[in-house]
Amino acid sequence: MTTLGLPAAPRRAPRPRRPGRLILLGLLALLLLAAAAAAAPWLAPWDPEEMDVIGVMGPPSAAHPFGSDVMGRDVLSRVLFALRASLLVSTSAVLLSLLVAIPLGLVAGYFGRWVDGAISRALDMILVLPAMLLAITFIAILGPGSTVAALAIAVIYLPILARVMRTGALVVTRNDYVLGARARGASHLRVLLTHVLPNALGPVIVQASILAAFALQLEAGLSFLGLGVQPPTPSLGSMLADGRDVLTQAPWVEIFPGLAIVAAVLAFTVLGEGLRQAFDPEGVAE
Amino acid sequence: MSGPLAFVLRRVLVTLPVLLAMSVLVFLIIHLVPGDPVRTMLGFRATDATVAEMRHQLGLDRPLLDQYVSWLSGVLRGDLGTDLVSHASLSELLAQRLPVTFELAGLSMLLAVLVGVPLGVRAATGGRWTRRLTEGFVVLGVSVPDFWLGIMLVILFAGLLAWLPPSGHVAFSDDPVGNLRYMALPVLTLATGEAAYILRTTRSAVESVLGRPFVTFLRAKGLSPRRIVQGHALRNAGPAIVTVIGIQVGVLLGGAIVIEQLFGLPGVGKLIVTGITQRNYPVVQAGVLAIATAFILVSLLTDLIVGWLDPRVADAAS
Repeated sequence: MTTLGLPAAPRRAPRPRRPGRLILLGLLALLLLAAAAAAAPWLAPWDPEEMDVIGVMGPPSAAHPFGSDVMGRDVLSRVLFALRASLLVSTSAVLLSLLVAIPLGLVAGYFGRWVDGAISRALDMILVLPAMLLAITFIAILGPGSTVAALAIAVIYLPILARVMRTGALVVTRNDYVLGARARGASHLRVLLTHVLPNALGPVIVQASILAAFALQLEAGLSFLGLGVQPPTPSLGSMLADGRDVLTQAPWVEIFPGLAIVAAVLAFTVLGEGLRQAFDPEGVAE
Repeated sequence: MSGPLAFVLRRVLVTLPVLLAMSVLVFLIIHLVPGDPVRTMLGFRATDATVAEMRHQLGLDRPLLDQYVSWLSGVLRGDLGTDLVSHASLSELLAQRLPVTFELAGLSMLLAVLVGVPLGVRAATGGRWTRRLTEGFVVLGVSVPDFWLGIMLVILFAGLLAWLPPSGHVAFSDDPVGNLRYMALPVLTLATGEAAYILRTTRSAVESVLGRPFVTFLRAKGLSPRRIVQGHALRNAGPAIVTVIGIQVGVLLGGAIVIEQLFGLPGVGKLIVTGITQRNYPVVQAGVLAIATAFILVSLLTDLIVGWLDPRVADAAS
């Protein structure tokens, strides 16, 4: 068919998939970033709060590889500490969301009927507002801060993660081995934990990894607005806000924190894509 | 009852409870503030009398249901209350701010569609290099936070090249060219990420249509590839693309909050953020209400367009 020179021939599965490589690459990058963040107190060449009055907005140099900011603080040291706050907020948000979404989705998909209806409708309420607006509404109520930001992001992801868990549970529950386990007299709880959960968890983990990438961006956005991580703790988003007024004179203050965000987002995205190819071939995760 | 009219009616009816639920949520913002919201607003140095007066002014001393009903009827009449700091009418404030946000979101979406759809079609039909280049654009567009992209664009276009102003705003009615100059960078910022999403959706939608038997038939019939893509593939991929555009409008309105702050645009997003830092709850409520309503109405419009593009959707729903 393609010999006719038609460019639009159906092209399915054009390349062999190597999910292992992507997972390894993503994990490696993440581990590297997490290690750098965890070891910030030892790795950072300067105290992130220390102000060098003479070196205000100094360009990158041997002493300050990423330059220094408006208050003469070392950008590299601040990026390392900020990475800590950003990774902590985004990953704890996703973990918190998983902790609630997994039981809800599992129960909804397994029991179905009115249980499913009630849980699904309640979670749909959260989707009434766009994600960023919902996060900001949350912060308007509870006040700015990193805990509230993590909580807000967790709430936003609740319906998404619960829906993926629900779909997985729904499919797995239809299997004969579930019926068999019930016939043998296993309790609902036992069936859920030993049969349904392990077999339906794949897509949820995939989705969580993809959402972690977005959580980093959301957290950075909130901190940029001054609504997330509060000073003096540096976060990648608030560093970008600090350098906003001098960005043409001292672009390094803006470039490096942003590159750190992009690196972390890419690491989660690559990991998520690898996991998706390996554990969610049918594409249950969105 | 069936047919297109029934579909439209049904969709509109389904939207009403959603709007109602959203209004309850927005109304509750001030009531969910831990502790005493009036105390929080006025600070701890305020006298009890001032607090009591403010509470009365906001109607917070009345029963909850009573408050909701009078707030909602006010909203429906176009009365959103007053700004606690400037004492301006919130309806008038929104009337000034909304056009800025809508212009930003509208132009960004327009640009994203104009770039994303053709590139998506090319990605679905083109050669290896086209695929690789577009895939690279998608990965970067999705991974780079939009406000950081905005900062980089400012460094390039306002700093190094000095072609465009770094931030600020003039009304379109005052100076159309100046307005667009100020809007150029924010729009480019928001549109890039959106274009990546639309490209990806268009690519996979067109790809899946091209794999269907009727396309093989059209090919056998001797139709040119161009006509197959433009006349058939894109037509069938339309509903999927429109659906994603509708969802992305919500993302765009959310992203606009950050972008307005970055570029100093006096839109609703900036209003909400200032409202939060000043603990000016009525302002926050009005802003969230406006953006959320716009989002819900766009979702409704999207569903209606999808039903019109693909009558099977409308039939299935009836």
